[in-house]
Amino acid sequence: MEAADALTPQPKRSVGRRLAGLFHGRPRLQISTLLAGPIGWLVVGYLGSLAVLLVAGFWTLGELSGEVEQSFTFDNFSQIFTEPVYRTVIGRTVLIAALVTLTDALLALPLAFYMAKVAGARTRGMLVVAVLVPLWSSYLVKVYAFKTILSEEGALNWALNPLGIEGPGPGNVSVWLVMSYIWLPYMIIPIYAALERMPDTLLSASEDLGAHPGHTFRRVIFPLIFPAIIAGSIFTFSLTLGDYIAVQLLSTNQFIGTIVSSNITNNLPFAAAFATVPIVIMVIYLLLARRAGAFEHV
Amino acid sequence: MRLTGRSAMLLRIASSLTLAFIYIPLAIIIIYAFNPDVVLKWPPPGLTLDWFGKAFENDGAREAFFNSIKAGLAATAFALVLGTLASLAVARYKFFGRETVSFLVILPIALPGIVTGVALNTSFTQVLGIDLGLFTIIIGHATFCIVVVYNNVVARLRRLSTSFEEASADLGATPFQTFRRVTLPNMRGALVAGALLAFGLSFDEIIVTRFTAGAGEQTLPLWILDNFSRPNQLPIVNVVAVLVILISIIPVYAAYRLTKDEDGATAAHAAP
Repeated sequence: MEAADALTPQPKRSVGRRLAGLFHGRPRLQISTLLAGPIGWLVVGYLGSLAVLLVAGFWTLGELSGEVEQSFTFDNFSQIFTEPVYRTVIGRTVLIAALVTLTDALLALPLAFYMAKVAGARTRGMLVVAVLVPLWSSYLVKVYAFKTILSEEGALNWALNPLGIEGPGPGNVSVWLVMSYIWLPYMIIPIYAALERMPDTLLSASEDLGAHPGHTFRRVIFPLIFPAIIAGSIFTFSLTLGDYIAVQLLSTNQFIGTIVSSNITNNLPFAAAFATVPIVIMVIYLLLARRAGAFEHV
Repeated sequence: MRLTGRSAMLLRIASSLTLAFIYIPLAIIIIYAFNPDVVLKWPPPGLTLDWFGKAFENDGAREAFFNSIKAGLAATAFALVLGTLASLAVARYKFFGRETVSFLVILPIALPGIVTGVALNTSFTQVLGIDLGLFTIIIGHATFCIVVVYNNVVARLRRLSTSFEEASADLGATPFQTFRRVTLPNMRGALVAGALLAFGLSFDEIIVTRFTAGAGEQTLPLWILDNFSRPNQLPIVNVVAVLVILISIIPVYAAYRLTKDEDGATAAHAAP
């Protein structure tokens, strides 16, 4: 390679040199060149679309045509605030998202701790793969799996009925179960990563100073991994908040996502207005998460 | 860490239960793919391989499969370029708004998918006047795949000492030569891992896809969703579901192996 480059004709090299000269000593130009593509895409393409979404929330439907009219009205938003049914739906969705987050944190903590601090190197590697694989395997397949398991003649009733227990039919409990299941790996990974970064000597020190395991967990481990839990909760909370497929397949109740998706074809302005509800909730959540230092752990 | 017998036992039980919770549903779906019965009743009355052949002969499923491959490859290509550029800027420079770049990159995946989907749908149909199809699916997927490449490459660049790059510059290399000869070879593993994970993410995405896909184009997850409601298609859906699980496992496992030697924690960075 070296020799070949030495033989490269001079002019070609000088173009590179001249460009390099242009960039030399101009870090701002270097940064702008690097960021132009990605930031252009995300700001124009993505934030631009979010802005369009917000604006579309003020549009309306023509009374006769039923077509989208790009006029300006507050009706869509005032409807969300005044109709009690929408408040119930928002409350139900936020409550289930919070329960899912709590459930996942409780399930993830022991496993992540076992992976990071107890398991040997080989077992740890296997466990990391074991957690990552379902994280990336299909959302829809997992929803489908739960639908079959929770169905009348499914595996859960087959296991529970002999004990005289009936599994949960379609409804909030099923939604809570499937959402906790699907987003669980998103909680395990950041907690595991934070625990792995935490030096073992810290735990030994706490133990040597006479703390029993519960005490060490509350006073040493938990404060250190709290930002990681928040980081995981961003996903468990946000993803539950915006779900419209699983909730539709496993419950007959309305959720934020189902209201947005059921309006998109017939009443786009209202769907757009309603889609700002999870945005507002998430922006508040993300700002709080940033204060807790969660972005170091995502 | 040393744990007393009882806490160690409790920890082991809790971990096993969580793992069982993760894997039992996947196992059940895999078993159903061999179910001779059309009805999904547990336990299945026997096992058969018949549905696999029928699934491969299914035109709709096959077409959807190739659409998913195309969308995944194109979205990965976009995400690879954009994610790498952003990570170079963030890992190698200090500038005002650097935190904002990380925030912006993660936003498409941190906001609920339905928001991204509806926002892109509204822009495409109402403002830009683009017909929904494979192209709009790719744009949507690329947007949320950037973060996967970005996370991987940033993590790698942060561990890679800048002294190699400085030495290269001192020896007279232009920034491009340094990038090609020093930086690029060092982040190859992270790039491949990021690409594999981006493909895995794109391949089975549905929440955003459902709003960015037109009536004509179907990806594999869209095909599955469409066929949920057709009872006589369910055996084929089961087989396709197993296929989708397998296709997501392979890239994740490969990405893990690629980044494992560099740093055990990288696999964690790979996650969104």
